[in-house]
Order: sequence, then C-alpha cells, then structure tokens
Amino acid sequence: MLKALASIGAAFLGFLAVTGRIVIFALTALATAFSPPFYLRVILRQMLEIGYFSLPVVGLTAIFTGMVLALQSYTGFSRFAAEGAVATVVVLSVTRELGPVIAGLMVAGRVGAAMAAEIGTMRVTDQIDALTTLSTDPLRYLVLPRLLAGLVTLPLLVVVADIIGVFGGYLVGVYKFGFNPEAYLARTEQYLETNDVVSGLVKAAAFGFIVALMGCYHGYNSRGGAQGVGQATTYAVVSASILILVFDYGITQALFAR
Amino acid sequence: MSGAASAVTPKISVRGVRKSFGRNRVLDGIDIACAAGESLVVIGGSGTGKSVLVKCILGLLHPEEGSVAIDGVETVRLRRRPRERLLQKCGVLFQGSALFDSLLVWENVAFGLIQGRGMERLPAKEIALAKLGAVGLGPEVGELRPAELSGGMQKRVALARAIAADPEIIFFDEPTTGLDPIMADIINDLILKCVRDLGATAVSITHDMVSARKIGDRIAMIHKGRIVWHGSAAEIDRSGNPFVEQFINGRAEGPIRMEIRAL
Repeated sequence: MLKALASIGAAFLGFLAVTGRIVIFALTALATAFSPPFYLRVILRQMLEIGYFSLPVVGLTAIFTGMVLALQSYTGFSRFAAEGAVATVVVLSVTRELGPVIAGLMVAGRVGAAMAAEIGTMRVTDQIDALTTLSTDPLRYLVLPRLLAGLVTLPLLVVVADIIGVFGGYLVGVYKFGFNPEAYLARTEQYLETNDVVSGLVKAAAFGFIVALMGCYHGYNSRGGAQGVGQATTYAVVSASILILVFDYGITQALFAR
Repeated sequence: MSGAASAVTPKISVRGVRKSFGRNRVLDGIDIACAAGESLVVIGGSGTGKSVLVKCILGLLHPEEGSVAIDGVETVRLRRRPRERLLQKCGVLFQGSALFDSLLVWENVAFGLIQGRGMERLPAKEIALAKLGAVGLGPEVGELRPAELSGGMQKRVALARAIAADPEIIFFDEPTTGLDPIMADIINDLILKCVRDLGATAVSITHDMVSARKIGDRIAMIHKGRIVWHGSAAEIDRSGNPFVEQFINGRAEGPIRMEIRAL
C-alpha cells in the first residue's frame, strides 16, 4: 500500500518537475524578446514554415471536416425537422472548435515534429554548442522565433481553415441536400457573432504557442543520438496533442461557461 | 611548464575543477594552465574527460567545484553578456565539425560575424571567402551546403569558421578524428599555419599522437579525470610515466585498464 502511494507521489513530483522545467524554458526564451539582437529574418522564415507550408494539409482537413459536419448534422437534425439549423451548426462548430483544434493537431504533426527533429539533431551534433561559442544565444536564435511564429501564424491559418471548413459545409448543404445557396449563406451569417470567431483565434494562438514550445523543448533537451531525436519527436507531437485538447477545454470554459 | 609561462598570468588557467554526471565523476580536480601564444594538447583515451574539460573552459558545462580563468578573469559563474564577450575571443573547431546544415558554407563561416557581432552580410561574406581561401577552399565551395562536402572539406570549413573572427584562443576538439592520414596531416598543417598567422593560443584535445606531436608545444595527459603527466612535446618519448608510455605506444597492457566483460 505504502509502495503504491510512494510511486503515485513520485510520478506526481516528476510531473511537477517537468512542468516547472517547461515553464522556465518558455519564460527564459520569451525574456530574450525584450533586448537586441532581434532575428527578424529567422522569425519570418518560421512563419512561412508554420503558416504557408501548412496550408495544403490544414485546408484539406478543414474542407472535409466541414463537409462531414454538414452531413452528420443534416442526418441528425432531419429526425426533428430541424434541417434549417445545419448552416448555423457548421459555422459555429468550425469557428469555435473544429477549425482551431484540427489546425492545431495538424500543425503539431507537421511542424512540431519537424522542430523537435531539427533542434534535436542540432543538439546531438554539437550545433547548439557551436551557436553558443559563436556568441549567439540558442534560445534567442532557435526557440524565440519559433514561439513567436507559432503564436502569430496559427490564428492566420485558422482564419483560412474556418473559411474552407464553412465552404465544405456549404458544398454539401447546397449540392447534396439542395439548400438554397442564398438562404444557406444567410443562415451562416445570422447567428455568427464576433466572439465566436475571436474565441477560435484565441485558441489558435494558444495552440500555436503550445506546438512550438513542445517541439523546441523536447528537441532542445534531446540526448543520445538518433534514438534520442526520435524520442524527442514523439514526445513533442504527443504532448502537444494532449495539451491542445486540455487547453481547448480550459479556454472554452473560460470564454463561454456562464 | 616553462619558467617564462609561469611568471605571467596564464591565458587559460584551470584549478581543481570537478565535474560529475550523476554518479560518474568525469573531472576529478583538474589543474592545468596555458600561456599566451602556446599550443597545449590534451591527450587521453576515450571517455577520460577531454571534451568535458574543454566544455567547462568554454562555459558550455558548469563544474561543481574549482576555478576556470581566461586572461585572469574567472569564468565559471559568469553571466550571459560577459560570457558572450569572452567567447568573442575564442574560436572552436568541434569534433563532428558542427556545421549548420540549413545554411550555405559561407554563411556558416560568417555566422559569428553576422549574428554574433552584427556585421553586414556583404563584408562578412568577403571575410568568409578569404578564410575559406586560407584553408584551401575556393569561393565556389562557399555556395554549397555542408552536406555536399566530404568529411575533410567539412573540417576545413569548420576551421575557417573557428578563425573567422581572428580569435585570441582556438580550441580544437579531435581535429583529425575520422580523417585519412593524408587529410589529417593537411588539417594539422592548416592548424599550425592558422595559429601562427593569428598568434593565437591553442588548446587541442586528441588521441591522435601524430597530430599531438605536430601541433603541440606542450602535451598533458588526462586519465580518469586527472592530469597524470604534462611536459613539452619533445619530452613525451622519455616521460618515464607508465600511463603516457602505454598510451603513446598503444599497448593493451599497462596501468590503463579497459573493462571487458566475458562473452
């Protein structure tokens, strides 16, 4: 009994220690933003990497998500003769929830993994030590640009995902179920509030930061050659995905729970 | 150590440095000094603490005990900005070259000038191409990626990067490991030339005795985290030290024991 309690306690202390290390890592990296030098070119390159190059995968998942949502809500609502709510359900679900979550998870798989692998390889091949000896702070040069790019770019990506997702619902609604196009668009607009879109963008900013932070933290602390880098990549994707879902609940609770 | 070197403040001074990783004590009270303009080579087997010693001097690792001073300035608990200023005096050639594979060769060489010192790209590129020339590489190599180069060329690029900012101290971590004997000799010659041209102090770590004899004014041997012998390069063959004799003659028998388990 005592042994079981001790192992639960040890696991909890381990969890707290890792959380503390991640928070200190993030704060130390963010603190470098308040003094020069600023690596704007590196930030722009990371924004391109996270945003522009993720557009195809996020666009594809968004359009099918919107289409499936329209399909599911139509078949469900038709039982209560409430088919007219399909457009509203699609737009609210996509902007509030599915747009940021799907985009966050896709970017975690594509960009978070790549960040962990790149920084992890730099760690195990002494490139991070080389940066330090060349009078360049690795947190300022490698980590901060990725954190800022994640924070700024994912909301932009989610704006695009929202539009494509709603368009997917529109395609199914109009061409499969025969909704009047103008009526569908009017319904889409009717119940949509600024807060719905803004809350989705707030979530997107948080998710972008989480994805970049997990990628950078696990890559930066990877050890032991190729196996260590592989492990860092796995940890980055898994931890970012879990945290996205946890924070999704937390932010929704904070913004919408009355 | 020569009498002249001990009379003045050493360029690098390491006293009583201890460093452990978990229960494994890697450096166990290291004492060593290097005079300005001198080329010190630290020899020793794999896993004896050579790379850890250099990382402690550079501040990449923090020793638990002891003192490291460069130009008489204590560096162990130095804050980030003063450490960055101190590192501007230093150039490092890493064992695996540690070139940034996302950048072109010339950008690698000019990295410390552009990012570390805020120099404009154009003059930095000119310096980078001149340094590449100094290690026998043409300007066309500057436009390649590190992955497109052979191991020997990568070492030369890493050497060009180490000397790009005309450092006062250059550290060479296993500069000839993994190279064929001819390329190793070319690298040794380049190291000698670069150190002489710059008038720099050099600290090298290696287990390649040909390299150690060629580039070192003074040689120190490390074993189990301690310096077991040091003296001039010319004295090493008559050191009378059993550790040194076993090491330079490459004998399996002697005081240095490798733990081998039965199959």
